[in-house]
Parts: sequence; C-alpha cells; structure tokens
Amino acid sequence: MSEKKLMKGNEAVAEGAIRGGCRYFFGYPITPQNEIPEYMSWRIREVGGDFIQAESELAAINMVYGAAGAGARAMTSSSSPGVSLKQEGISYIAMAELPCVIVNMTRSGPGLGGIQPSQGDYFQATKGGGHGDYHLLTYAPSTVQEAVDLLYDAWDKSEKYRVPVFILGDGILGQIMEPVSFKPMKEMPDPETKDFATTGKHHGKDRRIVNSLYIEPEICEPRNLELQEKYRLLAENETMCEEYHCDDAEYIITAFGSVGRIVRTAVDDLRAKGLKVGMIRPITVYPFPSAVYKKYADKASVKGFLDVELNAGQMIEDVKLSIECKKPVEFLGKLGGYVVSPEEICEKVMEVLK
Amino acid sequence: MESRIVMSGFGGQGVLTIGKYIVYGGMHDDKEVSWMPSYGPEMRGGTASCSVVVSDRQVGSPIVTMADVVIVMNKPSLTKFLPCVKKGGYIFVNSSLIDAKVDRDDINVVYVPANEIAEANKNGRSANIVMFGAYVKHAGVTSYDTAVSVLKHMFEKKPAVLESVMKCFEAGYAL
Repeated sequence: MSEKKLMKGNEAVAEGAIRGGCRYFFGYPITPQNEIPEYMSWRIREVGGDFIQAESELAAINMVYGAAGAGARAMTSSSSPGVSLKQEGISYIAMAELPCVIVNMTRSGPGLGGIQPSQGDYFQATKGGGHGDYHLLTYAPSTVQEAVDLLYDAWDKSEKYRVPVFILGDGILGQIMEPVSFKPMKEMPDPETKDFATTGKHHGKDRRIVNSLYIEPEICEPRNLELQEKYRLLAENETMCEEYHCDDAEYIITAFGSVGRIVRTAVDDLRAKGLKVGMIRPITVYPFPSAVYKKYADKASVKGFLDVELNAGQMIEDVKLSIECKKPVEFLGKLGGYVVSPEEICEKVMEVLK
Repeated sequence: MESRIVMSGFGGQGVLTIGKYIVYGGMHDDKEVSWMPSYGPEMRGGTASCSVVVSDRQVGSPIVTMADVVIVMNKPSLTKFLPCVKKGGYIFVNSSLIDAKVDRDDINVVYVPANEIAEANKNGRSANIVMFGAYVKHAGVTSYDTAVSVLKHMFEKKPAVLESVMKCFEAGYAL
C-alpha cells in the first residue's frame, strides 16, 4: 500500500489540526462536518488534549475564546447555520486579538437550508461575519491535502498576527475521501512565552487582560486602527493564490474551494480543444489576491473572466473590484446544494467565446 | 484514462465498501482517486450510494453524474442510476434482488446473482465482494492482481474471513 493514507476530508482536517498543535476542541454536531468532532473526541486525548461537546455553538465558540485567552491552541468546527451562531464569539475573539481556528464545512442556506455542498457563506467568511470592522485570515482549500497543509500552519499564522484563522470548506471537502499525507507532530510553544496568555502564573508582573470592550472612542479608535494595520500586513504577507495555465491564457476562469478542482478539469478539457483558458483560484479568500487578477486584466491578450461559484454570485464582487471593471466578468452559479460539473463550465466558456 | 463509477444499494449491502476497494486499487496502481458518499437524511433500509473516480490526472469533480460503470445492489438503485450510465458503459446488476431486466441496448449489462453466490460460499455478507469480482473481470480499471492484494490487505487481521472473501471474489470474477 502507498504511504499516503486514504481519509475522509473531515477526519483529515482534524488530524491536520492536531499535527499543527491543536489540543482543545469544542464543538456541537451538524452535518456535513460531524466527523471532525467525532475524530477529535478520541484522537485529541491521545495527544494530551481535551474535547468537549458543548451545549450549543455559542458555548463552543466561547470555550474557544477562553482556551485561546489562556494561550492554548484551540479550535471549533461547524457548518453554515452553526457558524452563524458563532459569529458573536468570533467578533469578540477578533477584537480581543486571540489566536484560534474555526472550520466551516458549508452547506446550503439560507436558514437551515439543506445539507448538500454550497458556497453561500463567502460573504460571511470574508467580510467579517459578525459585527464590527474585522476580518479573519480565511483559507478556502480545494483538496483534502491542501486543507491539511493549511491547518498544519494555521496556529503559527494565527499566533503571529493574533488574528483568528478561518477555514472555508464545504460539504464536498468534508465528505470526500482522498489520499493524504501528514507532516510530523509540531513542536509547541510554551503558553508562558505568549505575551497575551492569561495563564494565571503571572503574579506581580504586568497584568494580562483579555478584553473586547473599549467604551471611550479615544481608546476604541486606536484599537481599530491597530486591527486594520494587521489586515494590511496580512494582505502584504499572507495572500495565497493558484494560477493554472494563466501565462498564455486568453480567457480566465476563477473559482474558490472545491469548485477550483472542478474548474481545473474544465481548463484541461478546454485546452484539449485548443482554447487558451486558464484559472485563478484564491487560496486565501481574505486577504483576496487582487493583484493577481489585476495583472491579468491588464494584459491585452486576456479577453475576460468567468467566475464559477456554488452561490448566486459573491466572490464575483471581489473579482470585479480587483480588475476595476477593465474586462467583462461572466458568472456561472449553482444554488441549493447542486454542484457544477466540468461539462457545464466548458459549455459556458464556449458560449461566451463564440 | 479516467473511470467514473457509481455504486448503490441498501445501507448495509456494502456498496460504500466496494468503492473503497476500487479506490485502494487505484492507489496501489499509483492513480489519482476520490471517493464521495451520498450523504443526506439517510435512513435505515434506505438507499446509500457513492461516487468513485480513478484517474491518471488530479480528480476534478468527485461527484459522478454520468458514469462509465454503475453497480446496483437493489431495485431502487437500478431505477435511479440506469440513466446515468454512459453509452458504451457498464452496469452490474445484482440479479438476486433485482428481477427486472435492463431495457437499454447501448450499454453492457452484467447480471450477477451476488447474494446467491455469497450464500453458496457460506458468507452471505460478501455479496458486495462477488460484485467487486465481476466488476474487476469485466470493466475493472483494477487488475486481478491488484484486487487480490487489496482484499488481502483489507482482511489482513481476519484470516478466517479472508478465505471465504476470496472464494466470493473468485466466483464473481469467474462470471
């Protein structure tokens, strides 16, 4: 047998998190991400961590808030309706500048919606989600391996910037089984070395306070400006993007997450027909890789873009802003749990290029 | 090469497991693979299905809408997935539980009395292995040797079961 292990996306995400240092998991069940808490419930204790099935999503995110405040590497996961419930806590954690990881294996909405794959939570994941001017470092992995690799470094990034990391997956990523390989267990920093951690062992020194309340504008404004400065640094240093066959492309398809892998097949199939098509796939959907889009929009040879999403058109707004409306942007979307096929994408491209 | 396969049957008939055998076979042969279950408000006795892709290139969509091969273990699955077989493709029908005949002449049909064969080999639970054997013989992207090494690996810790599993596999392969 190959050294790669065949694993379900949800389980691999959980193992990837543990390899990346996750030692505390708090969650509440919801399809299609249930294998994450299920796996964590036994696995995390093997590495000296702990797992709690909370009484609600709200409780789970606030347990993450508390554990992160104490310097622990903590995580929660859910799916769309559950992530909506967590938004208050996420906003508090963002203001308190605590590192943690939140995974959303999205399903279709609005409301309780359905349990099949959908990407209707793009706005929520990239524009803040809760109240206030904040963002998360938001990754949209396309394969199980990519998700695992992103989780492996997620806490390092989150602690470096003290911005929560958000993994925007979907039902496909959660339910698919693919071969995956794991890196060795990460050496973990001592919580004492983290200058924000309220470990209770800090008597007589500078007080460490976890707080998200700043009543006075003269304090609240600089706090907000500091956050904005961090988002600028994230954009400068952490933006990630895949460019596939873009060099000589005359037409560019763009998609995020699972749809990216479907677009890749469509690009191959269209190239086999002699059409010079490429793909841009943001790996970080916040910060958004605007410069990459602009680079290609500025090329005379690129005729236009097609944005493909499992929603009514959300990322397309960021694409249009990035290219400053220099080229036409077409849209192909699927709603309610249906997944677009490579054939449908090819058909749309050929119709546009006719 | 890319083979897109759907298998479907009652929960408990081992259709998701057939998918795993095919995927492990693909990994054994250094192919790109994916396995995707139907997940939904499934109920006991309801129909479960999964999509498997074995390919030379990175798997794009893991969801199979038009299949090169369809394996059906019960009648509702035949009704649901018969239209999904590509022209020239294969359908494997568990004729122990499905009395209907396939009314398409543009595809290859293999009838497998999987439950009867499994019971004759004193392992009624291995009807799925009989189907797997027939699949490997007729439409498999999995070679005989690969399939045997996958089964040996899967039942490594259960030598007693392996013996009857191999009998079921061979009986399916002989069809």
